[in-house]
Amino acid sequence: MGVAGVIFDGLLALALVWLAWQATRAADLFHAVVSFIVFGLLMALAWVRLEAPDIALAEAAIGAGATGALLLSALDRLATRDGYHRVLYEPTTAWGFWIPAGGALLGGLTLAAWKLPAPGLGEEVLASLKLSGVDHPVTAVLLNFRALDTLLEIGVLLLAAVTIWSLGRAPSPLVPAMPSPALPALGRLLFPVFVLVAAYLLWRGSHAPGGAFPAGAVLGAGAILMLLAGARPWIRSSEHGPWRWILSLGLAMLLAAAVTGSLSGLAFFEYPRGAAGPMILLLEVAAGLSIALLLFALYLRGEPCEHGYREVGS
Amino acid sequence: MTVYLSLSGVLFLIGLHGFFTARSLLRRLLALNVLTTAVFLLFVVLARLAEPLDPVPHAIVLTGIVVTVSTTAVALALVVRIAGRVRDEDDDAAAGPRGDAG
Repeated sequence: MGVAGVIFDGLLALALVWLAWQATRAADLFHAVVSFIVFGLLMALAWVRLEAPDIALAEAAIGAGATGALLLSALDRLATRDGYHRVLYEPTTAWGFWIPAGGALLGGLTLAAWKLPAPGLGEEVLASLKLSGVDHPVTAVLLNFRALDTLLEIGVLLLAAVTIWSLGRAPSPLVPAMPSPALPALGRLLFPVFVLVAAYLLWRGSHAPGGAFPAGAVLGAGAILMLLAGARPWIRSSEHGPWRWILSLGLAMLLAAAVTGSLSGLAFFEYPRGAAGPMILLLEVAAGLSIALLLFALYLRGEPCEHGYREVGS
Repeated sequence: MTVYLSLSGVLFLIGLHGFFTARSLLRRLLALNVLTTAVFLLFVVLARLAEPLDPVPHAIVLTGIVVTVSTTAVALALVVRIAGRVRDEDDDAAAGPRGDAG
């Protein structure tokens, strides 16, 4: 493993630098976006090499998958007008600013990394893992020890969806014309698999890498695929309108769990003794559903509405 | 680990340079994403260097990835709106008498 591992790391690092360079410097925007998506996928490999399988799952599903879908769909909207004839980069003026500013930032980051407590919190987390209700340290940190972070994070995601929806209505048609007749059939065939994988990841989160974030991202990606395959998003239609509350389900459940602790005499976000395991599973299911629907909501780029929507294909 | 530490530094510089000097807003956004990845990489390398493996930075990076996708989505929605507005103005200026060029 020794030499082969070092060679693999070196090649991976070179490929990542090349892709990052292409993503930020390629003259063609489509080229840049595709480079960025491949960059995300290779980063997932790097996370695995760094023994961070949770991050690898999240990066592949959210960093490359969901962000890639968002970027490509935005590119489609921008396609008629690209900066081909414009200057791509500020030629000289920015150098005087970005070198000192960048140096200061990098220096500050290095200093902060240097000052961090050296052995980390691994020991402490392992010591209290038994009390947390789950067997996987990262899940224990996310939904028990630092559950406040997760609460705020879902809040940020909800805020992003609200901001995008408040910018106006979703464009119509929601998706470009049918690119291939195979897509609807493939989408219907694959969607149950997406649901199954999401459920598996969610269940796995309690004892191994997985959990609400990758599960939600996979389910959201399945929903986006169905949308591209011509399905009518049910979140849009007026009869299912009330179901939009699922968007805020994760935030509401986490808030409820936090406040219940305070009200019943425990600390903020302290779970009742012995009930931590089931509570975390419940919170994960709620958060996973919300994350899936929120990622889908981000992809719609506007508030979905009944009017002004043309049926695509048939 | 040195490989990944240097990779983090190089990605940081590439992202920062792109972020400051790109003219197109979409490129700036891509550069911002590269920049955040560089910071995540630094976190995870630090977690890997700890003995035993430190799960707290992993959880923070997971949170960071979701916050990054939220930021990117909002920024993209704004970029698309801005481009639409610029295009309308250009069309008005260029093809005023011909009416809407669709």
